[in-house]
Amino acid sequence: MSESQVVEAGFASKSDCLARYTPSADTISVSIESSVGALFGGEIRRSALELLDSYGVETGRLEIEDEGALDLVIRARIEAVLRMAGFSRKTGLGVGFGSQPDEGCATAARAPSSRDRTRQIRLYVPGDQPHFAINADLYGSDMLVFDLEDSVAAERKFEARILVRRLLENDLLFGKSEVAVRINMIRDECGKADVDEIVAARPHAILLPKCESSNDVAMLDRLLSLQEKEKGIEKNSIHIIPIIETAAGVLNAVEIARASERNVALAFGYEDFSRDICAKPIPAGSTGAVLGKSAQIEALLAREMIVLAARSAGIQPLDSVFSDIEDTDGLTESCYQARALGFEGKAVIHPSQIEHVRRVFSPSEEEVERAKAIVAAYEESLKGGRGAVVFDGQMIDAPLVSKARRVIEESTRGE
Amino acid sequence: MEWTNNALGRKIPTAIDGKLCLPFQGAFADSRGGEPSAAFSQRAHRTIPPRQKPDKRVADWDELFDRLELRDGARISFHHHLRNGDRIVNEVVARLAARGVRDLTIVPSALFPVHDALVPYIREGVVTKIEGSMNGAIGAACSRGEIQHTCVLRSHGGRQRAIQEGDISIDAAFIAAPTADPYGNANGLFGPSACGPLGYAKPDSEYAGKVVVITDNLVPYPCAPWSISGANVDYVLKVESIGDSSKIVSGTTQITKSPTQLRIAQLAARFIEATGLMKDGFSFQAGAGGISLAATVFLAERMRKAGVNASFAHGGATKVLVALLEEGLLGSIIDLQSFDLDAVRSCAANPKHIESDPYVSYGPHSRGSVANMLDVALMGATEIDIDFNVNVVTHSDGFLLHGIGGHSDACASAGCTIITAPSFRKRIPIIREKVTTVTCPGEVIDVLITERGIAVNPKREDLLWKAKKADLPCVNIAQLMREVQAITGVPASPRFTDRPVALIEWRDGSIIDTVWQMEPE
Repeated sequence: MSESQVVEAGFASKSDCLARYTPSADTISVSIESSVGALFGGEIRRSALELLDSYGVETGRLEIEDEGALDLVIRARIEAVLRMAGFSRKTGLGVGFGSQPDEGCATAARAPSSRDRTRQIRLYVPGDQPHFAINADLYGSDMLVFDLEDSVAAERKFEARILVRRLLENDLLFGKSEVAVRINMIRDECGKADVDEIVAARPHAILLPKCESSNDVAMLDRLLSLQEKEKGIEKNSIHIIPIIETAAGVLNAVEIARASERNVALAFGYEDFSRDICAKPIPAGSTGAVLGKSAQIEALLAREMIVLAARSAGIQPLDSVFSDIEDTDGLTESCYQARALGFEGKAVIHPSQIEHVRRVFSPSEEEVERAKAIVAAYEESLKGGRGAVVFDGQMIDAPLVSKARRVIEESTRGE
Repeated sequence: MEWTNNALGRKIPTAIDGKLCLPFQGAFADSRGGEPSAAFSQRAHRTIPPRQKPDKRVADWDELFDRLELRDGARISFHHHLRNGDRIVNEVVARLAARGVRDLTIVPSALFPVHDALVPYIREGVVTKIEGSMNGAIGAACSRGEIQHTCVLRSHGGRQRAIQEGDISIDAAFIAAPTADPYGNANGLFGPSACGPLGYAKPDSEYAGKVVVITDNLVPYPCAPWSISGANVDYVLKVESIGDSSKIVSGTTQITKSPTQLRIAQLAARFIEATGLMKDGFSFQAGAGGISLAATVFLAERMRKAGVNASFAHGGATKVLVALLEEGLLGSIIDLQSFDLDAVRSCAANPKHIESDPYVSYGPHSRGSVANMLDVALMGATEIDIDFNVNVVTHSDGFLLHGIGGHSDACASAGCTIITAPSFRKRIPIIREKVTTVTCPGEVIDVLITERGIAVNPKREDLLWKAKKADLPCVNIAQLMREVQAITGVPASPRFTDRPVALIEWRDGSIIDTVWQMEPE
């Protein structure tokens, strides 16, 4: 990057800000234009000065066009331009302006999530649009996936991973859902850079896209272990969810599912898979079309392979997204199929899809009643000191009871 | 200037322009004692009409103003049924300015962005006082102290009362009418500029010194039906166009796609059902904002499922409400203004779609208003404080940006008042330690619903208990404020001078708060 190059990060749109750094020989100057300037102008300036200080920036010009971004977003955008301009964080923070050290370098204090927690709904959140991220925890998904891959343009990857790191470092916005990051393909430098940036923020899980072999998982596993050690994070605390979305990936699903102790689930990516195998849509009006687009017939074998591979490895099979947000009937149908195939959950790309997925994946009233009866009968048998109990002609054993307990737990989720 | 503190501890002047300011004493205190003011001889029309067909038509604007003889200091009023499509307010002020009239007080039931065109007339001293709403550029001009006199903001009910009781004496009311006859009978239901009801102009037509009906759709006598009675009208003027119909009604009443707004709306609908407010024959007011409209849709879903019908919905009418009326989920719509063409059509054609006016709907001194019959009102807010006091007129940065509308009236009359709002907009938190301006006292606000939880006024333990029983996410309002501030930061307080630029009148005519001039930057 040449000395005179102007660098920019972020967008001057709602809940975001555009940061621009122009290198020069002049003493550093900061200009702030903000739609909430009367209320937060002082705070924005303070954050800017803190960052300039911790990056040792003494010359040039920093401009901020703010549309009501939260402090963490403003800091992410400033950090991005300073790093793009070639500055790096000084050691010994907080010197200079007498300010607080910028906290965006500490390891987040997030406890690992349990391996077998419910993952019926994972909501994708574009990694470079803070507006969508801020309230994402409130919509009732089980997992939030901050996306650095398909929803982020190549030239925005750098600033997006900084924003996602800062979002995850924040401990106020995401307390209910499991938080995960979909990195870029691990075979590319971009995917590796994602891991290096994101681990300090302690996501519960990394989603590994376009996973084609156990090597991909092993590579990510190694990088995670390295980073965990470096950042002082408990070993193997970050889970991996490989996403299979190519023909090669499907054929290697079994080895992929078993490739790491970190694996907690195996996910399917329909759109990319369909493209990879060159499947063509059925023309409207033909007999095949009555199945509807939710049938995804070209992916039937792949979906079943993923279920088998995941189940045989003792991890959760998770289905792909249903991308037509308006078509809630299609979504519901697609969820029923996923459930029938053995999947435990589905990805959503808009919060409005959540209630429909939850409705399908939540146990029905009869299932809940039955589960409660099984648990009651079992507990009764424990009290009475009796051994085996028969319920409804079926022997009640430990796996059946734990399954019943799971059903009851799932029924209390959602709204 | 002398100051006093009212019952909410807000600082108000003791008098403005020689007129006493009564301090707010409580939502139902009626500080004025219900006495009509001394000026209440306004509409003393003591002439018996001569035999047969008085000629009320004037040929053009010039003849109209020649006959009206408006002088410096005149007070003129307008209604806002044409919303952002209105052409009449700007036209009248421009023509009076051209005739050299100055020092006007304008008394609109509301103003819209289209009326930003008045700002130059404010700066030139043509308009020196506004008693009504002040939005956008006019709000900013007022906040900067550019309007010569201290303005007054009233609710729709408060405005009606003030006109009826002579607190405001209007010299001339200019009533834009989508359909009218030469006698001045008028309605808003038909014609190229149809807007639905015309009720906001009704008090003006009954109590102004002179009443002018301006129409672009003159029909032979009698105009049927009439919302404005020709018996009150002095002059009728036919013009090319009273408004831009594409801006009078939006035509598209879209349900919001914002997941945050949808979550708030869903919580509101759940709350109304869980607390037992949603029972057969209940009634509600919800408005046409994004959250309100979605809440109406969600509430309707719950009503269908539970087999419950509402007796009526009140306030602004939309295609969403019209569909519910036609489905039978609603017994009636009591309509003060139609927001889209479906509502206009329904108001004209469906006898169960009742056209109302501010006295009937909100009148503080009526013997019971429509709002008093409401079981639940879903209202918005720009700010709410930890005592549940609400601000709907100023931005957190101190600038005036909205009128009060029917907010105070519905809040103070309905059985349960619910404020729905996101807990922060952009970076600006909604819950404050103290609101910038109080427009409605916390004593009549029962519930705040945000995407981060439901805060119930401690006065409504009954509601809190029911909401908790239904597993609704109940929070303490002060705690919610602190949680949100941890996310957004604490905003700086606006800096004001000690010059009052506007008074906020409570429904009874007492002063509930003062809007201060912004300190120059």
